[in-house]
Amino acid sequence: MRQEQFEQMHRAQWAQFAAVLEALEKTHPLKRSRNNIPDTGELPLLYRLLCQHLAQAQSRNYGAALVDRLNDWVLRAHHQLYVRRDRFRDRVIQFAMAGFPRLVRREWRVVVPAILLLVVPALFAYLAIHLDPKLVYSLFDPNQVANFESMYNPRLAHLGQARASDTNIQMFGFYIFHNIAIAFRCFASGLFLMMGAVFELVFNGLIFGGLSAHMQNVGYHQTFFPFVVGHGAFELTAIALAGAAGLRLGAALIMPGSRTRLTALREAAGVGVSLLYGVTGMLVIAASLEAFWSSDNALPNWYKYSAGLFFWSSVIFYFLFAGRRRAT
Amino acid sequence: MLDTRLPLETPEGIELVVTPAGPSARLHAYLLDLLIRCGIYLAFFIPLHFLGRVGSGLFLIIYFLLEWFYPVLFEGLRGGQTPGKRYCRLRVLSADGTPLTFGGAMIRNLLRIIDIMPTFYVFGLFSMLMTQRFQRLGDLAAGTLVVFEPRPAIAAPDPDAGASPLPVALSTVEQRGLIDFAERRQQLSADRQVELADILGPLTHQSGEEGVNRLRAFANSLIGRSA
Repeated sequence: MRQEQFEQMHRAQWAQFAAVLEALEKTHPLKRSRNNIPDTGELPLLYRLLCQHLAQAQSRNYGAALVDRLNDWVLRAHHQLYVRRDRFRDRVIQFAMAGFPRLVRREWRVVVPAILLLVVPALFAYLAIHLDPKLVYSLFDPNQVANFESMYNPRLAHLGQARASDTNIQMFGFYIFHNIAIAFRCFASGLFLMMGAVFELVFNGLIFGGLSAHMQNVGYHQTFFPFVVGHGAFELTAIALAGAAGLRLGAALIMPGSRTRLTALREAAGVGVSLLYGVTGMLVIAASLEAFWSSDNALPNWYKYSAGLFFWSSVIFYFLFAGRRRAT
Repeated sequence: MLDTRLPLETPEGIELVVTPAGPSARLHAYLLDLLIRCGIYLAFFIPLHFLGRVGSGLFLIIYFLLEWFYPVLFEGLRGGQTPGKRYCRLRVLSADGTPLTFGGAMIRNLLRIIDIMPTFYVFGLFSMLMTQRFQRLGDLAAGTLVVFEPRPAIAAPDPDAGASPLPVALSTVEQRGLIDFAERRQQLSADRQVELADILGPLTHQSGEEGVNRLRAFANSLIGRSA
């Protein structure tokens, strides 16, 4: 068949196809139902037809202009057909209610080591500095120690009363910026054969354990522990999970199993980034608590401790039991 | 692989041809995005400066969101294009040619901090040069590609050369060769044009200047321009 005949024969179908395609390209797939546009309508049928025409045009050596035009149409229709179209809000709710805790339980092989890499150095630093208070200076330099002491000194005037709200907002911004960046770094640096994630976990564990022991040594535990107990439930867990995501990434390169390293890495990156969605959510909760609740020194300590107990048990309960039932 | 055209086969059994973009085109897009981000920072920084502590808190949040999520949100929700990429006619696709998913955008941009290391995207550049599809480490982990947007339907190479149909049927690759010759003719010296056209003497039955004009006329007819 000559090219002119071919074009003549299919002109009407191509016009219809172009019209359908352009109508679909004007609206995002998720907005179509709202604007009464049929989701894909005639497109699948016409798309297969055009694929066939493109293959014919290519194999019959028709003009490059025609082949390009068909190729361009097919490419655009391909993008319209193969785009994800589930609703973002539904996915967020599903993930928070069940997907995230399920994922954490499924990935226990990296979650448990990550928790240990955070907790064991923390206990080690705590015991060491508790037994030999001078050791704190091998973790922090004297300026940092003085700085921490001034933050939690019970005799200072800013304690025992609610902090000004503008400082709260400033600190909220700082916690978001600082903590979530740590979590992201924890994940990404795991790509270096897990070393980055291991370093971040051990380092943060040592800092936290050492600081706790030092606060106890200098007798500031009455201000320090009520401050950290509430948001710590979310923050420490989140850092451990971000580390787990990083370990997963590095483990895929070290132990890819029966797959190629690239395939294993892709799968691990998918799992890791899903963990990070949850971690980010937890860190936003932690930052809100840390900025607006933990810092409220007007609240009595017993109140903060019982709230801390509640937060910790909620987090543990959530990861152990949420999403166990089959979704309805 | 002689050129950078990459054929991807779809489930329908046809090939989509995409052209992965190399470091320099992507650097252009990156610098543009950087400029846009700096503009936004400046626009926020000046008014927030007068809000004291609240302002500095808000600025840190904006800084965090832009630094980490500017590329994620644009690529994930706007069809694989940040404003810089859109301007440079680049687009991020999944490696199988389907549109980029939000997860893919998230992975490739979180791992950006590895590609940046040790400095100035050295790891990323190295990875792009080592892979055939110019993928940095983030692209490898996310399974994504940065490609050039397909050119709009071929422009007219030569308005004043007339058009004459080919005497014989040529394959698509050969047809493209002719069109490319007509398009890029201006970049060649007159002597070189003649030299190339003379190779196709058996097709044009002409030589010298006349042969070049004949090829231009063939190219015009190939792109659908009538005499």
